[in-house]
Amino acid sequence: MAFRRFAKRGLVFVLVLGGLWAFWEGYKWLWERTGWSRPFRVDDLTLPHVHTILLQLGEPTSTGDDLWLFLLRAALFTAKSAAVGFAFGAIVGFLLGVVLVQFDVLRRGVMPYVVASQTIPILALAPIVVRGLGSVSIGGEPPPDWVRVSVIASYLTFFPVTMNTIRGLRSADPRALELMHSYAARGWTVLWKLRVPSALPYIFTALKIAATASVVGAIIGEQTASIPNGLGGAILNFNQYYVLAPASLWATNLYAALLGIGFFLVVLAVEKGVVHRAPERLV
Amino acid sequence: MSTVTSTSASSRRIGEQIRYWLPAVVVFGLGIAAWQWLLPDVLGVEEFLLPRFSDVVQALVDERDKLLRGAWITFKEAFGGFVLGSGAAIVAALVLARWRPFGNALMPYMIAANAIPIIAFAPITNAWFGLLSPWSKVTIAAVLCFFPVLVNTLRGLTSVDPESIELMRSYAAPEREVFRRVRIPSSLPYVFSALKVASVLAMIGAVVGDYFGGSLDALGIVVLSAVNLSQYSTSWAAILVASIMGIAFYGAIALVERYALSWHPSVGRRGQ
Amino acid sequence: MKGDASVVSITGLSKVFGKGGVSALQGIDLQVERGEFVSLIGPSGCGKSTLLRIIGDIIEPTDGDVTVNGKPARRARLDRDYGIVFQAPVLYDWRTVVKNIALPLEMLGWDRAKRAARVREMVELVELSGFEKHHPWQLSGGMQQRVSIARALSFSPALLLMDEPFGALDEMTRERLNLELLRIWTETGSTVIFVTHSISEAVFLSTRVVVMSPRPGRVASIVPVDLPQPRTAGSREQPRFFELVTQVRESLHAVGADEVEETLSAAEESA
Repeated sequence: MAFRRFAKRGLVFVLVLGGLWAFWEGYKWLWERTGWSRPFRVDDLTLPHVHTILLQLGEPTSTGDDLWLFLLRAALFTAKSAAVGFAFGAIVGFLLGVVLVQFDVLRRGVMPYVVASQTIPILALAPIVVRGLGSVSIGGEPPPDWVRVSVIASYLTFFPVTMNTIRGLRSADPRALELMHSYAARGWTVLWKLRVPSALPYIFTALKIAATASVVGAIIGEQTASIPNGLGGAILNFNQYYVLAPASLWATNLYAALLGIGFFLVVLAVEKGVVHRAPERLV
Repeated sequence: MSTVTSTSASSRRIGEQIRYWLPAVVVFGLGIAAWQWLLPDVLGVEEFLLPRFSDVVQALVDERDKLLRGAWITFKEAFGGFVLGSGAAIVAALVLARWRPFGNALMPYMIAANAIPIIAFAPITNAWFGLLSPWSKVTIAAVLCFFPVLVNTLRGLTSVDPESIELMRSYAAPEREVFRRVRIPSSLPYVFSALKVASVLAMIGAVVGDYFGGSLDALGIVVLSAVNLSQYSTSWAAILVASIMGIAFYGAIALVERYALSWHPSVGRRGQ
Repeated sequence: MKGDASVVSITGLSKVFGKGGVSALQGIDLQVERGEFVSLIGPSGCGKSTLLRIIGDIIEPTDGDVTVNGKPARRARLDRDYGIVFQAPVLYDWRTVVKNIALPLEMLGWDRAKRAARVREMVELVELSGFEKHHPWQLSGGMQQRVSIARALSFSPALLLMDEPFGALDEMTRERLNLELLRIWTETGSTVIFVTHSISEAVFLSTRVVVMSPRPGRVASIVPVDLPQPRTAGSREQPRFFELVTQVRESLHAVGADEVEETLSAAEESA
């Protein structure tokens, strides 16, 4: 029974990938045949074949590694910045959320700005932050590259996690709170046994968004500060030589996509283990 | 007698409002004060990290022509992307809600697609449309909006309580009527919630998309070139403008939502 | 008592969910005559709600025949021969009371004037005058259910199917709505099939009480209720009423519905 469901999911996966491939190649074939220039002109430069991109992974790069390995190292560099930033931002965000819920006055003072942070393009600050940190000295030296980049991932994670922690902690059912009071439960117990578990679904919603945002922030941060080691740097690099080898840039984007999805899936997996939600079904 | 009690009741309400918002106002004031004095003078925060508040305001005034022009260009890119992406997403959601087995099968993929760093595709869209063309940024903004709006609209269209559907069945209503009378109205809260998120994403797409190269006047380019020339006040002023635009765009959608969802029980209490 | 006077005729009905799965109903035979008020009562899981939905062609039977108004159930649904009321009012928040009541009429294509006239009649019938422009969440549970009933009756169906419509309401409201329902039933002359958990409600409202056995649901016994019409609040205090209630309760016991005793008496005691 479980195998059948697995096989069905596998079939859908194959069909979706196959469908995307067919759509890509079909679009390319049709646009090249007719020569349409809207929305953009299609040729091997603007839309290489899927197999060209995949084959490019086997080609050597200037560093000596083949492309697939080069990109893997870059992805790991970016992943490190993103993950550290994500973890830091999540923990600080959660703690701040807990503090703000305990002290209502502070919460009322700070909350509007946390909410406002959701409506402004904080990612736009990336170049300023990363460049600026490059000129700061901590213990005589500027912080290492990946740390500067992880700062961006941190603050992109921090705001949504704080907001959702607060919302989640305050979402506890009043009747459940009354029950706690009837057990003469004190602050800490109520917090850990009731409020935090009630808050977990909200927190994970924020974490899922933040997972992607951290990867995006890391990539943008690397680019705007011209840090060569990560995927951001690879994108800049291959963009410069796009005319010579367009497939390399596409391959880099493939890795970036997989990294983003990967982060998301990790958080999703943790969520499945921690939060017990009914599976989503469309009625 | 009733007028006396009503004025004291309303003045009490005003008093409550003031007491409620006072902490936020105080924090705002403290924040500005810190920006202006604490950070630069006491903590020695360097100018390249965060210039003095008054310097940023000065730059805002001095460069207002450039900033306004940049804001307009960037807004057009963001808005265009928002309309295209959200529009396409709503249409796709309607289709997938109509043929729910497809919707069910594809939902995990759409959620995964939402996790792809779309901005990383900016160099490619630049290759498609040309570095200076707004269309490359519009495309980024549109794709950024597409998946969140699709997923949430689809959820809204299909989160109808089963008895509502049974009721429609008892009226022998064709699928078209079920959509028109039940699914679409009940999806509106979800749609607006998604549109608010999309507005922010579209702004990010437009501004950060410009970081990869764009028309010289766009806001993102203003930020980058200011940073390169060490004119940090100007770069922060540009960010400020972008933020205000973001809040205004979001607020406009919230306003439309208030009007469209006037029937919804929680409209008064919505604090999204 | 044969086919012509029967509004609902069920023979040999059974329903199995899933392949080789749960048998919800087995061998149901039931005839409901025009103008009757029939209650279906039984323990949780006996399939009474399922039976109601099969009559309404919302679920399909696995076996057997269902005829409504002399037609197969599907035809009756497509011809809109019945109105249905659920336990939850299932009203649309974005429509006012009058627009909610008008919903089936809009779908039947009635023109605006006819709709407005009928809706006004219905609002008076359920005694909600003055609340026409309200939205559902502004009304109490009992009032929402009255809107739901008004909507179900708006197109004057011959048959009214009701699935524990007052189950979520308090005892006082429930008793008041019981009286109103009886008044509406007499005024409109419709036939009612009513699913309930409450023995006293079933006896008070019905002309006949159908007792069902636990899963797989069968018709265990049918208790005719010979209390005089029209019924009033005083009817609940007559000795005959208590006799009938006891008779129904003993039927339920006889089918081994022991846990029902608890749930039913708890429901009666929750005042």
